[in-house]
Amino acid sequence: MIRTRALTKDFAVGRDESRTVHAVRGIDLDVAPGELVAVLGPNGAGKTTTLRMLTTLIRPTSGTATVAGHDVVAEPDAVRHRIGYVGQGNGAGHAQHVVDELTSQGRIYGLDRRTARRRADELLESLQLDAQRTRKVSDLSGGQRRRLDVAMGLVHAPSLLFLDEPSTGLDPHNRANLWDHVLRMRADAVAATGEPMTIVLTTHYLDEADTMAERVVVVDHGQVIADDTAENLKADLAGDRVVMTVAPGAGHDAASHLADVARRVEGFREVTRTPVAGGVGHGAGAVTLDVRAERGDAYLPRLLRAADAAGVPVETAQVHRPTLDDVFLALTGRSLREAGAPDADAADSTAPAPTPERSAA
Amino acid sequence: MSAVDTATPVRPRTSPAVAPRRRPGALARDTGIVLVRELRPVVRDPFSVLFGLVQPVVFLALFGPLLVGSLGGTTTGQDVLGGNVWQWFVPSILVMTTLFGTSTTGANLLFELQTGAHERMLVAPLSRSSLLVGRALKEMVPIVAQSVVVVLVMLPFGFALHPAGAVVGLALLAVFGVGIGSLSYALALAVRKQDWMFWVVQQTLIFPLMILSGMLLPLETGPRWMQVASDANPLRYVVDAERALFAGDLAAATVGWGWVAAVATAVVGLAVGIRTMVRSTD
Repeated sequence: MIRTRALTKDFAVGRDESRTVHAVRGIDLDVAPGELVAVLGPNGAGKTTTLRMLTTLIRPTSGTATVAGHDVVAEPDAVRHRIGYVGQGNGAGHAQHVVDELTSQGRIYGLDRRTARRRADELLESLQLDAQRTRKVSDLSGGQRRRLDVAMGLVHAPSLLFLDEPSTGLDPHNRANLWDHVLRMRADAVAATGEPMTIVLTTHYLDEADTMAERVVVVDHGQVIADDTAENLKADLAGDRVVMTVAPGAGHDAASHLADVARRVEGFREVTRTPVAGGVGHGAGAVTLDVRAERGDAYLPRLLRAADAAGVPVETAQVHRPTLDDVFLALTGRSLREAGAPDADAADSTAPAPTPERSAA
Repeated sequence: MSAVDTATPVRPRTSPAVAPRRRPGALARDTGIVLVRELRPVVRDPFSVLFGLVQPVVFLALFGPLLVGSLGGTTTGQDVLGGNVWQWFVPSILVMTTLFGTSTTGANLLFELQTGAHERMLVAPLSRSSLLVGRALKEMVPIVAQSVVVVLVMLPFGFALHPAGAVVGLALLAVFGVGIGSLSYALALAVRKQDWMFWVVQQTLIFPLMILSGMLLPLETGPRWMQVASDANPLRYVVDAERALFAGDLAAATVGWGWVAAVATAVVGLAVGIRTMVRSTD
């Protein structure tokens, strides 16, 4: 469905070549039909720039991209016909009526007047916008506008849908609601056409990539630094955290002993926090040991049996599943939350702001 | 928005078969779609068309009498303006309405550039020129309506209507308007990072162009350098052509020059507009 090779985008800043922003540096990406892929990365990592190249909005500086069977540079029109796109901003004209805007979109994609009207009604119904049918777009709430954007992206039932930070600016409830709709529309599309619908989204919400995507492509500084299922990324790159405490009376030796035991148990990766005495409140006096292990759920019972055999009194034990932030941390040494590099997105000036301010024109 | 999403899955009953069809006729079709889309808010809110009548009426009511008063009776006036001042001035007003209407199309775009609505159009399979032509023509629809009103209002004041000339005159204005509208669109794209610049540039250009076209006051009474400068102003040829057409003189050479100026403006406007649009996303 998508195939890129050494896809690159530089943004010139003024005439000074040293200030050129290398937004995307040679991305190779293959997406098979039916995949749901999240492109995850901090602000300025090149996610949006990549998406804008794949959707023909900007031309690559170098490299190639084939989307839905057509080259984005040589045949942009063929690509545009086959893809659905939900951008960061709101795609509907603010002075337009909801149903009019959807009908116009249908017409643009080659539907005749009547089919376009019927398709608009259908989408309004399934996205729960029928009550807003004849409302002006500017009167819609943020969540409604976003659903209208999704409707516009799906008007021609594309087999490939791009979502650029689809839930930025939405509250958690609206976010969940939007995803319900997107996933249901995807299932419906499969049921109707028998063809799987491919979805590529960019996000900087970790949980969104984690829970929604079947595959996560981690991008940083314009390069792909990891590409796998969220589950595998977490297992391979981060591993589970197993935290144990040793009974307060057992002393520091017991904890060191436990660390030695932990090292020998299958699945052990590293001791991330050497035994520390102390703790406050409930666990006062307890000694805590922090271990990173592969498959923590399997590792813990093994460890407990080994500890028992060795006579080390483990009082509490917990397994923490890693987040994609842990993955990013393991990959880059930085946390995703603070890794923003706004330069690239600033240079990518035509990307509309996610929450546009209204300015009278 | 409902608290819980309980909607049952709705199968797409209509499976839109998307046949990527392209040229010929695609440009006309795309332009039609853009035009209809742009016109819908106007149709839903016709008051805006009425509001657009304010400017031409103000000029007719407040500027016209001064023109009549200062030049109407004089011999210069007789030579330059012809027998009836309104016959000279009404075509000016129509050109002015077109100029103002189409040169502000870009302003509507500024907001769409911020929201993402313009991006949505760029990602859609629409030919780039249809975006320019469709938007410019959208401005022409109310202008034609306004022109009809202006002409009707002026008939009792001795303005003589030559229907064939008037129709050709409006067609000429539409071609010219596509050029000016495209340039306005390009301007909006070029200054999108500082949108106040749009009005600075638009206002800075529009008044010299207007005055040097002999639209409001005859250039014949002005200094020589102004007459020379006006020779380089395409708007002047359009104004002269409109005067000839509204006088019913379809075969005049000035009409030919008017078409040359209008078509040249449209070609340059579209070329600049498309180029700016293609580059705007980089």
